[in-house]
Amino acid sequence: MALKAVRTSARFPDLSRVPAVDEVGVNERVARFQSRSIKKASKVEALKLVLSMIDLTTLEGQDTPGKVHQLCQKAIHLHDAMPGLPHVAAVCVYPTMVSVAKEALAGHDINIASVATAFPSGMSSLSVKLDDTRMAVAAGATEIDMVISRGAFLAGDLSYVFDEIMAVKEACGDAHLKVILETGELGTLDRVRKASVLAMHAGADFIKTSTGKIEPAATMQVTLVMLQAISDFYRHTGKMIGMKPAGGISTAKLAVHYLVMLRETLGNAWMTPEWFRFGASSLANDVLMQLMKQSTGVYQSADYFSKD
Amino acid sequence: MSAKKNRRIAVAKTYKIYIGGKFPRTESGRYFTLEDKQGNVIANLCRSSRKDFRNAVVAARKAQPGWAKASAYLRGQILYRTAEMLEGRREQFVAELVLQASTQRAAEQEVDLSIDRLIYFAGWTDKYQQVFSAVNPVNSSHFNFSVLEPTGVVSMLVPDSSSLLGLISNVAPAIAGGNTCIALASESKPLCAVSFAEVLHAADVPGGVVNILTGFRSELTEFFASHMDVNAVIYCDGGKAVAKTVQELAANNIKRVIARSRMDWSGDAENPYLIRDTQEVKTTWHPIGN
Repeated sequence: MALKAVRTSARFPDLSRVPAVDEVGVNERVARFQSRSIKKASKVEALKLVLSMIDLTTLEGQDTPGKVHQLCQKAIHLHDAMPGLPHVAAVCVYPTMVSVAKEALAGHDINIASVATAFPSGMSSLSVKLDDTRMAVAAGATEIDMVISRGAFLAGDLSYVFDEIMAVKEACGDAHLKVILETGELGTLDRVRKASVLAMHAGADFIKTSTGKIEPAATMQVTLVMLQAISDFYRHTGKMIGMKPAGGISTAKLAVHYLVMLRETLGNAWMTPEWFRFGASSLANDVLMQLMKQSTGVYQSADYFSKD
Repeated sequence: MSAKKNRRIAVAKTYKIYIGGKFPRTESGRYFTLEDKQGNVIANLCRSSRKDFRNAVVAARKAQPGWAKASAYLRGQILYRTAEMLEGRREQFVAELVLQASTQRAAEQEVDLSIDRLIYFAGWTDKYQQVFSAVNPVNSSHFNFSVLEPTGVVSMLVPDSSSLLGLISNVAPAIAGGNTCIALASESKPLCAVSFAEVLHAADVPGGVVNILTGFRSELTEFFASHMDVNAVIYCDGGKAVAKTVQELAANNIKRVIARSRMDWSGDAENPYLIRDTQEVKTTWHPIGN
């Protein structure tokens, strides 16, 4: 299917210039990040930063307005017993739940992210995907998480993927666009790197690893490759792109490893919720339990924290 | 030729800890050395840290609902199988006890009692509920009954002197009743606890149901008592100071505190009340017509 390019500002990148990924090097680098020792005050600061970067997520077929309401309450009141906590960056829901989230979060500075474009498989026509996107934006979503057409990408139809991202970006209007590569289905780090470059040139504000529906979801390896792609893109164009690893990051310790990787790959400028997010559901409680452990000295139990 | 052949290098065992059905080394990388009376090195053991304990609690918590849901019959079978596995490795345990300054006769007696203790509690798994549950007479139109439910995750500072029998006499009743546990092995005689972990592993006790650490009492007691995700703590040694520490810290989340410091492990511990120690009583009021 031929698509008409809707914006002329984006140009299809020269993918022959995308460097090959050294997988052994990536593994070694990732192992190094995990050996950093972050303790005491720096740990507390890191954990608070993690909290502020979370996109609190519920993406289940069984989601009800009540469940979304509960999630939004959790986003607002992370753990009231501990004063001085930041709130999460956003809640992330399906398009039909955006209006519920909007109502529940009224008056709070928390973004509403919605997945769109026939999430999670992306197996539908462009017009359906665009309608899906417009519907979410009209209902009040300030961020759209789209999925790329992995089938087309793997079949080599890269311009289709490129044009599709551009078209969705157009449909987003003012909403931020996060492009999900679903790295678990791309197979190799080289393809991850290529898809990242494609998405950034097509107008993504964020690139995101996974839907959370496919194993493996986010890993430090793919995230590092994507961060390096963001770094090179910034060097060539001067444009900052955000990063969102999603799925499988459920412990505070692992989240802090990601922050170390972010700091050492992209630097301080990216160390804010504006440029880095965690897509997660159970991560928040683990971070809260670690913060509570730091302040009380006693290991915590999930029994004393609200369910997420 | 044959003399040369026999001079092979003995393969010494690496004593590790047991968390979530796996045998890791301590995350801290520390160890302590066990010596016999002559000062010869018997083994190096993991000196577990509070983080090992934390990891063990996570494993125990994860395993608990599934283990509690397993039928009493199955829990009994698994305990029985543990006894079978221990019987098969009897000589190894006797040798380890002798290595740790026990006499041959005392060692044999302790291992035999340990095997029998497992059989004893295997038999109780599908009986304690009938014995301790009750239908209660009440002065209203209700059918009122009380049943036992496992308290959850139990941390145990098991006896220092009775290193195998004491361990088993604490672990077996707790898991017979559907709890999961974390035990800190005897500090002066830790070998049998690690070998017993291998027995549990071979007997298909699900990973995380029993977790065994080796290390120092003085370092770990406070965490065994204070962890908010532990529902009951058992201590078997120590004077008033230990009792005070454990009880004060356990009050944090109102843990059940079970003192077994005056227990005679060869006789007293063959007792179903040890199962009830780590059970909660749930009473139900069911309306009935007159």
